[in-house]
Amino acid sequence: MSPSFPWLSFSIWIPILFGCYLLAVGRDRNASVVRAVALVGSLVSALATVPVVLGFDPARSGLQWTEKVAWISTPTAHYYLGVDGISLWFVPLTAFITVIAVLAGWKAIKERLAQYYAAFLILSGLMIGVFCAADGLLFFVFFEATLIPMYLIIGVWGGPNRVYAAIKFFLYTLLGSLLMLVALVYLYQTSGGTFDIAAWQRLPLGHTAQILLFIAFFAAFAVKVPMWPVHTWLPDAHVEAPTAGSVVLAAIMLKLGAYGFLRFSLPIAPDAAHELAAPVMAISLIAVVYIGFVALVQTDMKKLVAYSSIAHMGFVTLGFFLFSPIGVEGALAQMISHGFVSGAMFLCIGVMYDRLHSRNIADYGGVVNTMPRFAALMMLFAMANSGLPATSGFVGEFLVILGAVQFDFWIGAIAASTLVLGAAYSLWMYKRVIFGDVANPAVAKMQDIDGRELIALGLLALAVLAMGVYPAPLIDAMHVSVTDLLAQTAHSKLLVGSP
Amino acid sequence: MDPLLNFSVVFPEAIVLIGACVILIADLFFSDRAHDGAYLLSLLCLVLVGAAAMQPLSDATVEYGFGGMYLSDPMTAVLKIGAVLATAATFVYAKAYARQRSMWRGEFFSLGLFALLGIMTMISANNLLVIYLGLELQSLALYGMVALRRDEPRASEAAMKYFVLGSLASGFLLYGMSMLYGAAGTLDINGVAHRIGAGQAVNLALVLGTIFVVAGIAFKLAAAPFHMWVPDVYQGAPTPVTLLLASAPKLAAFAIAFRLLVEGVPQLAVDWQRMLALIAVASLAVGNVTAVAQTNLKRMLGYSTVGQMGFLLLALLAGVVGGNTTITAGAYGAAMFYVLTYALATAGCFGVILLLAREGFEAEEIADLSGLARRSPWYAFLMTLLMLSLAGVPPTVGFAAKFVVLQALVSEGGSAATWTLAVVAVLFSLVGAFYYLRVVKVMWFDEGTDTQPIVAGQDLRMALTVNGVLVLLLGILPQGLLALCNGAVLRALGG
Repeated sequence: MSPSFPWLSFSIWIPILFGCYLLAVGRDRNASVVRAVALVGSLVSALATVPVVLGFDPARSGLQWTEKVAWISTPTAHYYLGVDGISLWFVPLTAFITVIAVLAGWKAIKERLAQYYAAFLILSGLMIGVFCAADGLLFFVFFEATLIPMYLIIGVWGGPNRVYAAIKFFLYTLLGSLLMLVALVYLYQTSGGTFDIAAWQRLPLGHTAQILLFIAFFAAFAVKVPMWPVHTWLPDAHVEAPTAGSVVLAAIMLKLGAYGFLRFSLPIAPDAAHELAAPVMAISLIAVVYIGFVALVQTDMKKLVAYSSIAHMGFVTLGFFLFSPIGVEGALAQMISHGFVSGAMFLCIGVMYDRLHSRNIADYGGVVNTMPRFAALMMLFAMANSGLPATSGFVGEFLVILGAVQFDFWIGAIAASTLVLGAAYSLWMYKRVIFGDVANPAVAKMQDIDGRELIALGLLALAVLAMGVYPAPLIDAMHVSVTDLLAQTAHSKLLVGSP
Repeated sequence: MDPLLNFSVVFPEAIVLIGACVILIADLFFSDRAHDGAYLLSLLCLVLVGAAAMQPLSDATVEYGFGGMYLSDPMTAVLKIGAVLATAATFVYAKAYARQRSMWRGEFFSLGLFALLGIMTMISANNLLVIYLGLELQSLALYGMVALRRDEPRASEAAMKYFVLGSLASGFLLYGMSMLYGAAGTLDINGVAHRIGAGQAVNLALVLGTIFVVAGIAFKLAAAPFHMWVPDVYQGAPTPVTLLLASAPKLAAFAIAFRLLVEGVPQLAVDWQRMLALIAVASLAVGNVTAVAQTNLKRMLGYSTVGQMGFLLLALLAGVVGGNTTITAGAYGAAMFYVLTYALATAGCFGVILLLAREGFEAEEIADLSGLARRSPWYAFLMTLLMLSLAGVPPTVGFAAKFVVLQALVSEGGSAATWTLAVVAVLFSLVGAFYYLRVVKVMWFDEGTDTQPIVAGQDLRMALTVNGVLVLLLGILPQGLLALCNGAVLRALGG
């Protein structure tokens, strides 16, 4: 491969450097400068990811934009980056959502502003690092390091029960990832001393080893996704986190876990993945149906969207374990769409919370009368959340349901219930909050969104519509990598004559 | 062949000895109020020692002196530099604290330097008796330092406990050594290994001796179930002394464990590796679980040390003696990396406690850190790094250390037992993460009661910043130190 400009490194390190700069010089007394620097930093980082997408060749398989530098010699690990069709879209998505997150905290955060923005920028760089890492150890370092800024974001700027939520978030996810660390060390040993993920994917492994590896990876990624029944940290974290924290958590951090399934679980332990596909599908469907019902009865808007995230992510894991191109591509599209839609939903709730300081559905009603522009935008996102055609939400759900029906009619039928449930909880909430008569004097005093909020929501609306109307380039870029992945997964890796 | 009396081998130790004596005398002529002269002299002495101790690094050879009783190679050099830095950090961090508590006297420095001398002797000793001499020198100096505030009942109690239990441990070790001597008929460590290899040693005495040696080492490392002295002494001793106690002696304990077990009785590896495995698991369990219940930060760090030493022992038992030298060196190199970075992070933690302490206020409760992020975001950030490092969260050096230890533990394929150990170790580090995180939580999430501005000298600020940033930098780029440790151990193993 010809040496190319290290755009991936730029995408990772620019936001981190901006974050460090803010930490070093930012103080609350020069708040406007801090905000400006944060915005510039997030915009520059977002721009740095553009060449990655433009220069990506969708026809080529394997990693592109690779960078490989020796990092540790014993044990041998590399600073090895690269993107393929699976990870490509998450790089700009992360940077884009970070811009939104910076805008979201513009007025709501008044204390320790520099540290707040620094945490988001550093988090953004680390998450891009997770998606770009092609070295197992590097992946783990980025994957774990993301916990630290998120822990602080929830704990410092969160709601009343933030300490509980922050610690629960950290310990839950740490438990999973520590088991993954043991799995990584095992793979390093059995592969004869390499952390190259691609080499691991080719490595033959015995049956027991595959099952244990699958479980270890599953522990890490299922908690992060989160899958039922290890999802309980998510509603707590979402409810307590500040708006931008929820946005980033739902839009990107949950994707880290789902991405891990595609990068590690499926290709490294394909036989175990096939063998354990049935239970995984079962808990994915439980997430879709049961959590959908749970979402329906929530009285707190943030909790409602949090549960809807779990249900949507259940769709993603279902799609992965169908082992068909349609299923995996649908799941990937669902991940990207969910990044936009859940981010937008949390942002909408944040907009209302900034004005009324309540997340209770019962405290609202008739918001359309006072905030018509906002109501229109939120309508779009609520529709996208329930998977309406021509919005991004439709693409992924449709593809996954299609794949599921191909696999087994009844699985497809159960999965399709999400269309009903999703519409029910999203639109019912929308109806109760937005429509009707003005519920109380507080609602009557609410101001419609200002320019900043309009930009943030408008950008997300554009993304949702664009992806809903014309998803082809998105899916095309994934196609070769997904086909490769499935070919890898279809091929048994069992060692001949091993137990 | 080396000359019988090879004084170049003990050059750094000679400087420490001279420095300690000079300071003891010179201090008589400094005025009572300002003992800065002694402070500056000690730092000067430490700089000279550090420079002298670097010599073997560039030569990269093993040099023996005094008829093979004493040696100097890259491994001793790295450990000695670590010990010198830990001692220097103690003096720098202690400045304001010790002044306010009338500890800022010549004795503090000369005792510290004598302790360093003992530590350096242990690191370089190649003879059972010399190890013991070094150990006693270190211990006696430290007993004195713990009792330095004799008007403070808790410090006196800590000193008493430390003295009694420390003597017991020394007794164990000496008893074990005497059995090794009885079995092998020589005090020379390589000689012991040689005799055993030639089948000239009495097996029963050898095994019993090894048991006692392991117990003695476990005492000095603060590994369960020989950890009873740790919490009380850590809590009761004046904070700078706890700092010294928690950092440099662990380097020496690692060195004597390496000499006595790996170089002295490698043929009994199967036996002592099993003992170490049990002690390691017990330490991980006791240290991490008990630390959760602590409210006193120094006591918590004491229990955390117990847990950390469990991890260190995992690396020590991982080396396959007599197997592939490179892999074995990797295991002991990982142990050495672990102990060095542990000392670095621990020194920083006590440094932060010292930073926050002031006249009449020890800042040793976890609650005393509450709201630190508001008072000083920078020190809260540094303390967060240190805590995360002890918890083993990337990208801090604590993660790199835990990772290389796990890696070493299962190298050469590993067995079901080592994989189980690895899983146990990571699960207990999850428990550990809980209480380290609680400190982070207190600093960042809680409102502080203490609003006094932080007063600290420029030297303390600088040192603490370097300490904290190193924890991060070495975590991102561990290659340099790791290669140094691996290379040093490889040379020590004769590779």
